[in-house]
Amino acid sequence: MNGRIQAFRRRTARLPVSVIIFSTILALIVILAILAPYIAPFDPNKQALLARLKPPGFAYRGDTFWLGTDDLGRDLLTRTLYGAGVSLGVAVLSVVVSSLVGVSLGMLAGWFRGWTETIIMRIVDIVMSIPAILLAVLTVAVLGPGFLKLVLVLGLTRWPRYTRVAYAQTLQVANLPFIKASELSGAGAARILFHHILPNIAGPILVVATAEFGLMILMESGLSFLGLGIQPPSASWGSIMSIGRQYIERAWWIVLVPGACLFLLVFSVNVLGDWLRDQLDPRSRSR
Amino acid sequence: MLQYVAQRLLQAIIAIFGVLTIVFVVMHLSGDPTLLLVPQDASAEMIAQLRSQLGFDRPIGVQYLDYLGGLAHLDFGDSIVQRVPALDIVLSRLPYTIQLAAGALVVAIGLGIPAGILMATNRGGMIARILSAVVVTGQSVPTFLSGILLIFIFGVTLRWLPTSGSGSLAAMIMPSIALGALSMSTFARMTRISIIDELGKDYVRAGRARGLSMAQVVVRHVLRNASIPVITIAALEIGNLLAGAVIIETVFAWPGIGQLAIQSIQSRDFLVVQVIVLLISFVYVLTSVLADLVYVAVDPRIRLVR
Repeated sequence: MNGRIQAFRRRTARLPVSVIIFSTILALIVILAILAPYIAPFDPNKQALLARLKPPGFAYRGDTFWLGTDDLGRDLLTRTLYGAGVSLGVAVLSVVVSSLVGVSLGMLAGWFRGWTETIIMRIVDIVMSIPAILLAVLTVAVLGPGFLKLVLVLGLTRWPRYTRVAYAQTLQVANLPFIKASELSGAGAARILFHHILPNIAGPILVVATAEFGLMILMESGLSFLGLGIQPPSASWGSIMSIGRQYIERAWWIVLVPGACLFLLVFSVNVLGDWLRDQLDPRSRSR
Repeated sequence: MLQYVAQRLLQAIIAIFGVLTIVFVVMHLSGDPTLLLVPQDASAEMIAQLRSQLGFDRPIGVQYLDYLGGLAHLDFGDSIVQRVPALDIVLSRLPYTIQLAAGALVVAIGLGIPAGILMATNRGGMIARILSAVVVTGQSVPTFLSGILLIFIFGVTLRWLPTSGSGSLAAMIMPSIALGALSMSTFARMTRISIIDELGKDYVRAGRARGLSMAQVVVRHVLRNASIPVITIAALEIGNLLAGAVIIETVFAWPGIGQLAIQSIQSRDFLVVQVIVLLISFVYVLTSVLADLVYVAVDPRIRLVR
């Protein structure tokens, strides 16, 4: 057994301890979010009006609320578990949307140059000059709330950073000899972009995606906190915290439980993102 | 030089034009903007009357030109709720947000830049490790969480500071810290990276070879050169802080334009929301132009290259 641990540690010896710890935490949060319906002790919407705003560990009629209850006597542990799925789901899907849009546009601009490049990169400048949270607040308010709308709004406000990186990288890769060879042997633009250029620019894009993933989690929770994102009775960490804010003097746990999860999740993502960037960017390595 | 300034100003004008267009498109995304501006229980006649009164029944192209024409005369439309120009309402709340953003900027620069300097000059040391954990923390805490926690600790439990409202310096402390935390991390990172870049350059070694101490080289030469990228960040952060006010002003009941934006969304006063988005975007565009121009003005090397 000890030998196995040593062997595992040898294989992961090049990873810093912090990376191992925080990727474990991240994996744990993802697993808990997926398993929420099976492991949560209660129905997320089951109210117990006689057990409102009770502290962690409160027992009532044979039920124990390990992390306390909210303003309607719903179990906070259960709602936080379900909320994890909502927060992660919105963040993952909106990162998928924004990276698909952003990377495609960036590669097109870098490959075709000329007018395509000018128009796409000008639009990038324009979208980047509206602070993302404001654009998202306005758009969600106009369109109305909803899971898919939220994903689309977040995805379509935060694509320009991918475009900038994909564009700059494509410019570099497009001049390499193997791309010229492929072009001369008759490969079309689509084949070159997706088979040859995309795999070669994937690293820096992954770094952007990781940073954006953390930001998306923060934006979703911010919008839900303002009452513009996920609507009740569905729980997201942001919406649980906006309820908790009203009861902060009597029931601090309603804010603290989802808040601590949110912080831990974003912190883990950021630590992993920083590490990933150091690995791929020789300029900032070992700093 | 002059050509560069002209080119940069032209870019800014295009960006502002683009922002106006995007906001126009977003306002029309729901199909009929009239529906955004009426109470949810409005009758069909009321909606139709308001639609023709506001001109939303005209072709979209005409509406767009009319919108641009109005903006050219600083006519942003009237608030549906208060029946006064939306711009006046926003401007009356703006000083509070500027005050808050200034406080946050002081927190961000005052803590972020020294932290960045320490992290760069103490690479691999204990101080740098602790500070880099602090920086990642600042990046990972949602502003509303730090806001609520500050209220809980210093407002509710210790009763040292007021939990909401404005008007005193004490009331500004907590919202400024909560709003400035993310910026503080950005400043610390940028300062660190640009100092590290400078430390690798030949003039540092030359200075050391002539007998200057490391501290002398850093204070006299490195900081001056490393300050340039940080100026750009400072300009961009002003826009981010104004936008971040949307959340933090709601937490602290701070009467600025961020709180106004959320209140206006709740009361369906979308022309006010539109003014706020446009205003903050303009500030964003203008500060980034200013940053680029300052950049050229302070660094003679950039002028030589161009």
